[in-house]
Amino acid sequence: MTTVSELQRRGGTPTDQGGGGGDDRARIEIHGLTKRYLTPKGETFTAIRDVSLTVEPGEFCAIVGPTGCGKSTTLAQVSGLEHPSAGSVTVGGNIVEGITNGVSYMFQADALFPWKTVLNNVLIGPVLLGTPRKEATKLAMDWLRRVGLAGFEDRYPHQLSGGMRKRVAMAAALINNPRILLMDEPFGALDVQTKAIMQNELLQLWEGLRPSVLFITHDLDEAVALADKVVIMTSSPGSIKNVFNIDLPRPRGDVQQIRHEKRFLELQGQIWSSLKDEVDRAYKQTAGVSA
Amino acid sequence: MTSITHNAPLVQEQEAELKAAAHRAVTLRNTWIWIGRIMLAVVVLGGWQWFTAVGWVDKFFFGQPTEVWNSLVKLFTDGTAFGSIWENLWITVQEALLGFLGGTLAGVILGILLGSNRYLSDVVGPYIRIVNSIPRIVLGSIFIVAFGLGMGPKVLLAAVLVFFVVFFNAFQGVREVDQNLVSNVRVLGASPLQVAMHVTIPSAMTWIIASLHTAFGFAIIGALVAEVLGAQHGVGLIISQAQGTFDPNTVFACMVIIAVVTLGAEYLISLLESTLLKWRPPSRSEAQAI
Repeated sequence: MTTVSELQRRGGTPTDQGGGGGDDRARIEIHGLTKRYLTPKGETFTAIRDVSLTVEPGEFCAIVGPTGCGKSTTLAQVSGLEHPSAGSVTVGGNIVEGITNGVSYMFQADALFPWKTVLNNVLIGPVLLGTPRKEATKLAMDWLRRVGLAGFEDRYPHQLSGGMRKRVAMAAALINNPRILLMDEPFGALDVQTKAIMQNELLQLWEGLRPSVLFITHDLDEAVALADKVVIMTSSPGSIKNVFNIDLPRPRGDVQQIRHEKRFLELQGQIWSSLKDEVDRAYKQTAGVSA
Repeated sequence: MTSITHNAPLVQEQEAELKAAAHRAVTLRNTWIWIGRIMLAVVVLGGWQWFTAVGWVDKFFFGQPTEVWNSLVKLFTDGTAFGSIWENLWITVQEALLGFLGGTLAGVILGILLGSNRYLSDVVGPYIRIVNSIPRIVLGSIFIVAFGLGMGPKVLLAAVLVFFVVFFNAFQGVREVDQNLVSNVRVLGASPLQVAMHVTIPSAMTWIIASLHTAFGFAIIGALVAEVLGAQHGVGLIISQAQGTFDPNTVFACMVIIAVVTLGAEYLISLLESTLLKWRPPSRSEAQAI
């Protein structure tokens, strides 16, 4: 396992890459976004209703909300994988219609190709963009070194631990230097220690590249420790309830340390009181359905 | 401190002993497995030989291991009424191989096509199920009437049998593709063709290759049955000839020959499997070892 200080020593500062920080093309504006799905029975189900949200270029925005409130649906509209039923998503001033350029996605289940080696998993991004294989390999090797996986390039995903697989997914998501990074509970399935390590490494890499981040999580501590802005969503159909600005100084340093700071606890308490009602209501909804 | 230095060699000794004991246990287990296997063969074949020799079972109908062996030797030394056994075997194997390749190719292409297109699969799905429930082996009669006694109808029947096995697996394989992976490469800017190349086909490959083991068995069955129904050459013809002359021993001899061929093909498919699927974690169940 590599630690943050090791990563720092390796020097994660990109030179030839633009990143999202301060770049207007990395601004995400969501306007009155509504998404309805057709169930197989022919009924409509409203997943999110009238969601409006702006993520500034280079901003780290966390979305927290009860289970099934449409957090993932929101991300799918931003990436362009799905089309909104009403409202719009604008990235860098352009309305999202097809797949948005310069976006990377990280899922809870590590979406790695089990049949590709670690190296080939990472270099798929540049290859799909048409980068010659030789250059892509060089880039991928560099990224594997940055996430502390040098020497593992010929392994297959099943030969790695959960944390290592996450690093591969992180390298694969960041190698194209995305303007926008969409993360759907990326560390949800990890154990507590590994989770903390990965959070630190994510912050480290993010500070180097500065893409705009939309980060979905259930974990309020995680949201406050990582983000500039925490958005609370209501229970289904999801809409925005509150937005909290997190004024903890950057760089944040160790996420496990920051949890004990006074300001952190204050913010965490405020946000929790807002989130608690929604969680209760969502629980009652699901309990009501199953009863 | 002293106790530690004292203990160190002791621990090493114990470890070496444990290793040796484990090795002995494994060897012993393997020995017993082989003893069991040989015993089973001796009991079955010996029992067959004994029962027919004593006369409890009529060897005129059920053959006898020694006679089967004699027939085998005769097949390879004297040949058959339709040329040497090698010629006939080569024809049957050719038919099976061609049918296997054709059926696999068609099955893979159609399976992937229907698997990735919801509308097409909804339209064609019921018909495929209907065709699948027809006893397809009977098609052999039609093929022979339509295309004569040559190799064509045999290849066709083998291909039809193979097609359905491979098709259903390819179809299911495409359906089981991890949607996260598809979303992931789509976000990275992959075209539909690239999605197929990088995700759908490699993912379905596990299922397709698993079906090839069964598929080759079906190819051989298709070729043999079509030959029994009507042919000028082939192992199936030898079998039907032997049936006509009340010669069960030759039928058994042909079965042995075909079994050897199928085992060989199985071995080749396993080789292909292990090279194509070397990314897979080692098998979790022992059922695969059987």
